[in-house]
Amino acid sequence: MKVLVPVKRVLDYNVKARVKSDQSGVDLSNVKMSMNPFDEISVEEAVRMQESGTASETIVVSIGPARARETIRTALAMGMDRGIHVQTDEDLEPLAVAKILKAIVDAEGPEIVILGKQAIDNDYGATGPMLAALLDWPQGTFANTIEKNGASLSVKREVDGGLQTVKLELPAVVTTDLRLNEPRYASLPNIMRAKKKPIDAKTPGDYGVDTAPRLKVLKVTEPPARKAGIKVENVAMLVDKLKNEAGVI
Amino acid sequence: MAILIIAEHDNTVLKDATHKTVTAAKAMGGDIDVLVAGKDVEGVSAEAAKIEGVRKVVACDHISLKRQLAESMESVVVDLMDRYDAVLAPDTTTHTNYMPRVAARLDVQQISSVTGVENADTFVRPIYAGNAMAHVQSSDPKKVVTVRTTAFDTTGEGGDADVEAISDPSGPFKAEFVSEELTESDRPELTDANIVISGGRGIGSSENFAIIEALADKLGAAVGASRAAVDAGYVPNDYQVGQTGKSVAPDLYIAIGISGAIQHLAGMKDSRVIVAINKDEDAPIFQIADYGLVADLFKAVPEFTEAV
Ligand SMILES: Cc1cc2nc3c(=O)[nH]c(=O)nc-3n(C[C@H](O)[C@H](O)[C@H](O)COP(=O)(O)OP(=O)(O)OC[C@H]3O[C@@H](n4cnc5c(N)ncnc54)[C@H](O)[C@@H]3O)c2cc1C
Repeated sequence: MKVLVPVKRVLDYNVKARVKSDQSGVDLSNVKMSMNPFDEISVEEAVRMQESGTASETIVVSIGPARARETIRTALAMGMDRGIHVQTDEDLEPLAVAKILKAIVDAEGPEIVILGKQAIDNDYGATGPMLAALLDWPQGTFANTIEKNGASLSVKREVDGGLQTVKLELPAVVTTDLRLNEPRYASLPNIMRAKKKPIDAKTPGDYGVDTAPRLKVLKVTEPPARKAGIKVENVAMLVDKLKNEAGVI
Repeated sequence: MAILIIAEHDNTVLKDATHKTVTAAKAMGGDIDVLVAGKDVEGVSAEAAKIEGVRKVVACDHISLKRQLAESMESVVVDLMDRYDAVLAPDTTTHTNYMPRVAARLDVQQISSVTGVENADTFVRPIYAGNAMAHVQSSDPKKVVTVRTTAFDTTGEGGDADVEAISDPSGPFKAEFVSEELTESDRPELTDANIVISGGRGIGSSENFAIIEALADKLGAAVGASRAAVDAGYVPNDYQVGQTGKSVAPDLYIAIGISGAIQHLAGMKDSRVIVAINKDEDAPIFQIADYGLVADLFKAVPEFTEAV
């Protein structure tokens, strides 16, 4: 069984995004970029599936600029078998990404596609379910636990009320949540080995997908700032402020 | 312009997230209908019919909708979209699960978690954990939108809309419900509460969370947590507040033993009054707190509970 994992190169989660002064977007020059943390969880899950004998081949895909190759290398160093890099400098929307991924799924024939539940840059949370709909596949989003039982997949999901388990016919799409696993760090020998693993070079044009954006970004602004507060000396003062100044208790 | 709102409910109770989504739709302008999709939802439909400004309630009552799973919801909503120019749903996990499927079927780009509606095609949405606000204009013929309901006021009652029953979703579906483990609590819901008290890694254990709960019960508050507290198993996953958990905006948010990582702030920085209790005076949470108390939480929190 083949497992496909799409990954995105994003602003590192430890870096606070800065809005450009001309309001055209977020400043991404000279900042640390990393694999989207949810995608690390997806890669880890795929590698574990291979280690346990559930998966026979693991393929990592990234759609993005030249440096997205580094993100693919990271996934290969974590243990994925081979990569596909669909190179574009456009900031593609989830719909376009899902369409390219559908074409890749049609060509590669994986039985499971594991994606992050959201990318921490644009926070759309849309690509996984969009891909599932385009493929007419079932989905298990926000996965906390994944288990393959014969021809079906059991996915325990993190939902607003607690946890929910669904059973999916394969093939299926899964999106990962934070508690699914703890991604490994790639070891030095594995980083060296990853350099020899193949990466196919593609472009969106190879898949015949129209990637024109549907949303026009009119401007990107700073969020409303909170005004600085005060420190209180003790609990009595805190209670007094909350009662008599803020009126919230 | 006709807008479809998808109701947030548990087959028994219509949630206020629905009323807030109606408020967002009103800013787009046009006729507003509410879809209630579930099992045995007569009561919920009757409640939805009372929302002020709603033209009609569309009810789909079917066993396959009992848990509002992705494929059956997709089927119902996509079939209805011939009649509508836009569909809006709260950005809870129920709806964020299938709304992108609806968007893909309609070949449109979803506009996720909007906090502002400028007009029928222009929306404001937080990106990068809320550190930037994107103002986007959609060129798609139909709009598929999820709404960050904490950013909108509620819409009151006073309406008297008709309820129209529609045909069942067209299965079969390839996913089925197996089981659920819901978190039981008598406290208010996290996303609805006037006061939220959240604990972080500093609480140290699930037993110690009792001191947070004691304060919450005294104040009639909901209990939340940071990711670190959830990961450590102190509390269930549905307590997580933040960029990748729940967004809350209560009148009072009290962060206890939480450092204030950007991912946590993303989910609570729109609260009206923020209190932080942390023993590290340099913790970033103090930069956004209206009232900060530098103290050991194990001493300060019981004292706080005693004093209110
Ligand atoms: C992809 C991704 C998504 C994420 N999503 C979220 C999210 O949605 N929500 C979220 O919260 N986080 C999220 N995080 C995690 C986030 O980056 C932080 O790691 C997390 O918020 C830290 O939790 P914390 O503040 O409880 O723990 P810490 O950062 O460890 O802080 C603990 C605090 O407790 C204080 N403390 C300890 N003992 C005491 C005491 N006795 N008295 C008083 N104070 C004490 C310490 O001074 C410290 O400030 C995410 C991270 C990633 C990578």
